[in-house]
Amino acid sequence: MSAFIQEHGILFGTLTVVIQIALFMVVLLIALAFILLLDRKVWAAVMMRKGPNVVGPFGLMQSFADFGKFLLKEIVIPAGANKTVFLLAPILTTTLAFVAWAVVPVAPGWVVADINVGVLYLFAVSSLGVYGIIMGGWASNSKYPFLGSLRSAAQMVSYEVSIGFVIVTVILLVGSMNLTEIVNAQGGGIWTWHAFALDHFPLILVMFPMFVIFFVSALAETNRPPFDLPEAESELVAGYQVEYSSTPYLLFMLGEYLNIVLMCALMTTLFLGGWHGPVPLPELAENMPVLVNNLAALAWFAAKMLFCFFLFAIVKAMVPRYRYDQLMRLGWKIFLPTSLAAVLIVSGYVVYTGVQS
Amino acid sequence: MTEIERFALDYLPVIIFLGFALALSCLFIIGSFLLAPSNPDPEKNSAYECGFNAFDDARMKFDVRFYLVAILFIIFDLEVAFLFPWAVTLGTIGVFGFWSMVVFLGVLTVGFIYEWRSGALEWE
Repeated sequence: MSAFIQEHGILFGTLTVVIQIALFMVVLLIALAFILLLDRKVWAAVMMRKGPNVVGPFGLMQSFADFGKFLLKEIVIPAGANKTVFLLAPILTTTLAFVAWAVVPVAPGWVVADINVGVLYLFAVSSLGVYGIIMGGWASNSKYPFLGSLRSAAQMVSYEVSIGFVIVTVILLVGSMNLTEIVNAQGGGIWTWHAFALDHFPLILVMFPMFVIFFVSALAETNRPPFDLPEAESELVAGYQVEYSSTPYLLFMLGEYLNIVLMCALMTTLFLGGWHGPVPLPELAENMPVLVNNLAALAWFAAKMLFCFFLFAIVKAMVPRYRYDQLMRLGWKIFLPTSLAAVLIVSGYVVYTGVQS
Repeated sequence: MTEIERFALDYLPVIIFLGFALALSCLFIIGSFLLAPSNPDPEKNSAYECGFNAFDDARMKFDVRFYLVAILFIIFDLEVAFLFPWAVTLGTIGVFGFWSMVVFLGVLTVGFIYEWRSGALEWE
């Protein structure tokens, strides 16, 4: 993108970038509306219900109707709350969840900011996400949100560590923190995807478990069931969101789902080959127009992302909720040592076989 | 174009994206303030406690383990942040770089074992 600005001058280049970003955000939001519906539909199907089916054909317009309703509801701010922080918290959550998307490449060259420390940027932005929850819970000045935000923060930081270690194993294999380069390193077909890593043969024994750990940690990181302790209805009503109504609640919800879909996109990018298909493209397909190629790539990316999201939805419907001590035990005593050992194994492999050089 | 300008240009889209996201989320809240009715009353604005009146300040004492988790997180997150550049350059720094990191991780692991044995990771 910066090369594009350099070519076309600051003014025209920046204008194009602005239009592209606006387009990206609109597509993301509309896709999110349907992904939300998909979540509810899968959940309903597992319970042998029909799910939302009134608004539009098959309930397809449900999310848009929900949006309209949220917009028309009264914003209730509790009397004891710190009003500024109370309203700032959902804004922060959503903004950060959006901003993380800036470095995710969805097709060759289709990325908002192709920076060379993309993974580090993602790691930093997703770490900041805890602030939104802590602020929301504290500013409400109510007991359930306070306890919920404490739990949520502790849970998120616990699993952030193992996510970090898992990402390091991928960086070790690629030797770059640029997400586009990470995707391109997996362009040789399904056997080069990092979830399988068959081109570094014995490493499948490490990388596949790392993929699973990343998936489970992503569930915990985004407060999804079975790790939705912060909003365990039977204990804390709805956790840090109890006092929120109307669009501030909508923003928390939006941020949560943006983060979930971001985690799916990350799983796709880091482990499942990004926009590459399961077999390398033949010469003929590579000579197609760029737009056709990119749309095909985008389709692959979306398909893999939806598959990951389907796993998220199925887990939500099928797995019973964890207890808090079990959750912490899993994060600190199982995932942390395992991923730390994996970092050592992969780095030893990289050094002694010269993968990076 | 100097090096620093090119570097800044790399991050320009991120800044624009941040602006868009911020504007959108503020717009949502402002939209609701403009469109939705607003008639607060004391009952509606009291803190939700399943129908009871709140009997204590909500910002109460909480378990020290949450602090402990936060401190452990800082240590390990710094460790991860330290691992990132090492992982990128491992091909260049080679065997020496690998073994020095093993020593570093070993020291941290000793600390981790100590925490584990002293019960910092137990939640009954």
